[in-house]
This record gives sequence, structure tokens and C-alpha cells, in this order.
Amino acid sequence: MQVHQQVSEHSDAIDLMVNMGPQHPSTHGVFRLVIWVDGERIVKVEPHIGYLHRGSEKICESEQYNQIVTLFDRLDYVGNLNSELAFCLAVEKLTETAVPERAEYIRVILCELNRIASHMLFYGVYGLDAGATTPMLYGFRERERVQELFESVTGARMMHNYIRIGGVKEDVPDDFHKNVLALLDHLKGGVDECDSLLSQNEMFLARTKGVGIINGEDALDYGVTGPALRASGVIEDVRVTDPYSIYDRFDFGIPVGSNGDCWDRYYVRVEEMRESIKIVEQAISNIPKGEISAKVRRIIRPPAGEVFVRTESPRGDLGVFLVSDGSDKPYRVKVRPPSFANLQALEHMLEDTYIADAVLVLGSIDIIMGEVDR
Amino acid sequence: MKIHSPVVGFMNGLMVTIRSTLRRPVTAEYPAVEKRLALSNRYMGFPALTWDYDVEEPYCTGCMVCVRECPTQCMSAQMKDNPKHEKDLSRRRKIIESFEINLGRCILCGICVDVCNFDAIEMSHEYELSKYQRNANRVGLNQLLDMGVAYQNKLGWTPKQPQKNSGVPLPPKQSEDSS
Repeated sequence: MQVHQQVSEHSDAIDLMVNMGPQHPSTHGVFRLVIWVDGERIVKVEPHIGYLHRGSEKICESEQYNQIVTLFDRLDYVGNLNSELAFCLAVEKLTETAVPERAEYIRVILCELNRIASHMLFYGVYGLDAGATTPMLYGFRERERVQELFESVTGARMMHNYIRIGGVKEDVPDDFHKNVLALLDHLKGGVDECDSLLSQNEMFLARTKGVGIINGEDALDYGVTGPALRASGVIEDVRVTDPYSIYDRFDFGIPVGSNGDCWDRYYVRVEEMRESIKIVEQAISNIPKGEISAKVRRIIRPPAGEVFVRTESPRGDLGVFLVSDGSDKPYRVKVRPPSFANLQALEHMLEDTYIADAVLVLGSIDIIMGEVDR
Repeated sequence: MKIHSPVVGFMNGLMVTIRSTLRRPVTAEYPAVEKRLALSNRYMGFPALTWDYDVEEPYCTGCMVCVRECPTQCMSAQMKDNPKHEKDLSRRRKIIESFEINLGRCILCGICVDVCNFDAIEMSHEYELSKYQRNANRVGLNQLLDMGVAYQNKLGWTPKQPQKNSGVPLPPKQSEDSS
């Protein structure tokens, strides 16, 4: 940690500049946060990003459409299937491909399980950020069960490349139905267990209640989406307000917070896992038989035009803007990552908090640097 | 109520810990072969080439479709005339001469398996390939076939299109027609 001194502009006191990151264990990636402190209080913060920049959007322009799915896997590397889905939906909208029912159901089941896995990872590392080491073990244990199911369906634990343009790669194995039901039974107990372990713990409450507050209006102005926005009391979920895929067929609630502090952002995610379990339950009992992929050409050449789709990734509103010039490679792919927009509000959330809470506030918006830097 | 809530929250957490203490541990110990997690059948390890036991040659004909479709350009291949075809021992006119995959570059996406028309490439169950040199994972035809044979024997692999992709020569009448 480097420490510099500079004379503050607004007072005679000397502000300390503290450099947090890029290699800091609680930044969840390579992220640098420059913090000016007056005593223990934060005066100003300045996020520096770009340490994980791989030029994914530019690489997309030199790859064929079905190869780009592998790049989207690596954007949000905790919610891979949700990223894949966003890109596939964009291409399907452009080519006007109708996806078979069964494929839609498989997609929804896997995406919601992916959301649970992602929130479980958040639960674990957020406990760690607050100084509690035990929740990490529970969070990772539950996530491992979901990963196991993914391995038996997609063949990979993280970089699946399973959702393809027009459907999914291959049909689910024979024991899928049984495995999902067993997993849901396990997860219901697991979420309750995680909830009672940490949520009402007095030390955790003291660290997170009333810290890093952002109200709904400000959150909307900053472009915050997903659980971080809903924690501020705004009812906004793309799955409900602008349904994609077949989300309009399921009955589930949107958990909403009231204060917009760190604890609300944490608890919205815990509640969201319960709602996701409800969606998977409904989907697995209604899954039809049939085709798993529409007839698409091996080399896809969408008509010239542009398209924008929004999806609800575990972190928020993931948008993909796709411009095609009619060739087998896109002219431009622009990703609107939720983590990037949520990170902008960090400066506002950290205003006038203690430096010890910086890690907690940063952890509560659950950024994934692969998605921020692209 | 306000006095009790910290105690209740703390006790709830403690109960979870106590319950977990009584559970049987489920730790898988990685380097020990018998204590590892079992791989599922669909597990996608590094790509490998399959071996046709009927005519004792690889399924791969070197058509280059996987080389072209690979998102990371980690493969290269060359074909040659199949000597067994001239002696009427195999249906394949062309056969792979050399095949190289830089497994350090491979991202395990499985696109090569999807596009292959000859059931010649499969994602094996091989995943431990740490090396001391950056280029030490450039593997050639023989090593790829070894990996493929190990995978075939482990899973009892059969080609997805056995009629089309078998190397067993066709009956003489048809082969005269085609020639």
C-alpha cells in the first residue's frame, strides 16, 4: 500500500492519499481505488479500471458469430450462461430465429441456477469482506453443487459454451430432471442455512446497516441496475418489466430493499436466490419434449441491421448492441455491462464513510472485473 | 425485543455451525487418484483424435474444418493420400499426415467437435497438462491419438454416425461405381 500526502483544496488539513489495489484481495479482480482520507473519513475516491482489458469487443469483430459465444463466456466469468444468453438472443433477434420451446426451458433453468451460483459466490466473499471467514465455506459448498450439475450437462464447470445461436448445444442427460429436483431440495436448505448463519449476525449488521447508502433516485441517475438498484427500493427487473426468452410465463417476486445500504444489497441477493429456486421449480415441471435447436446454418450471416437486447444478468441489466453488415462477422458488438455502470455509483456510495467500510461498499455492488474492463 | 435480537441472530448462526460440525466431511483430496472428484461423462478436457479399430487408422482425414473454425487458431493439420485405400483396405482416400494442437492456446470450447464431419475429434478427459515451458503443450498426432484412445477405452466411445464414418471398405460393386 502506497501513501502520499497532499494539501487538501477545501481545508487546511492534509488529506492522505491511500492507494487500494490493483492487487488487493478484496477488489475481486484487478481494480485500483485511490482514496483520499481526512483522518478516518473518506473525502474522495477515484476508481481506476482497465487492468483486465482484453479488447473483447474488438476481437468480436474478427470472429464468426458462433465463435463469439466463447468470448461472452469470459466477460462475466461467474454468470457465464447469462452472458451467453444475451449474445445469442441478440443474434436470434437479428436473424428472426424462433427458438424451440424445450431449448428455452433448458436455457431458463440453467440461467437461474447460474444466478444462484453467482449469488452464492457473492454471499461467500461478502462475508469474507466483512471479516467473517465461515460464510465463504458455506457459499462455495452450495455453489459447488450447482457447478457439478453444470458439468454433467454442459461438460464444463465455468466456460460452458452451451447456449448456442438458435438453441442449446445438446440435449440434457437422462438424469437431468432427477438431478435438478435433488439440487433444488438441497439449495432450499442451503439458502436458509446461509441466511441464518450471517444475515442477522450482530457484528455483520453493525458493519453493513446504514453504510454506503444510495437512494433510488440517485441510483437511477448513475445507471445502477440489478440487485444494487432494487436494494434502493426501485422495482426494476428486466425479467419482469421487459421480459425476454420465456420469463413472462413464470410466477416469481422481485425482492426490494428499503434503505439502499450495504445490508439491503446483500439481503436482496439472498432473497433473489429463493425466487430463482421458484422459477427453476416451475420450469422443470413444465419442460416439454422436442427439438433443442432451431435449424441454423453453420456459418451465420444475419441481414444488415442493428439490434439491442437487454437481459437480467446476476449483476444487473446486461445489454448487447449488435451491428451487422450482412457478412459472417459482426460490424460492431457493444456490451453494456452492469458491473461497469454499478461501479460508477461507488463514488457516491463512499461519500463520507469510514475508510474501513470502503471494502464492504465495494463488495456489496458485486463487480466482476472481466465484465467491467471487457 | 431489541435487546434479544443480537442474541437470537448470534445463536441462529451458532446452531448452523454446530449442525455442520456433526456432518460427515466431503472433502475430495485432489492429487490422490482415488480421492478425486469423479468426472462426468460429458466433461470436456483437451481435444484428442479418435482411432478406428476396424481398419487400424485414425478417423481424421485432415479436412481442416476444425482448423478453420477454431476461435483461437490453436490447430494445424495436413492430409496425404491414404496408402491403405490403394490396397483396398480402407474406405478413406485421404488420411491425416500431421496434426498439431497447441493445448496451451486451446480454450476447451468444443467447437472443433461440433463441426467435425468424421467423428474424428473428441474432447477427452485429459486435464492435467502443466509443463515447464510455454510451448511444451504443442502436441502432435501420436500424442493426440494416445489421448483419444484412452478416452475411447474409458467411455466405450462409438462414432455418432457409424454407417457414414466407418473405414471398412465398401463391397466391391459399389467401390467400382464410385471409382
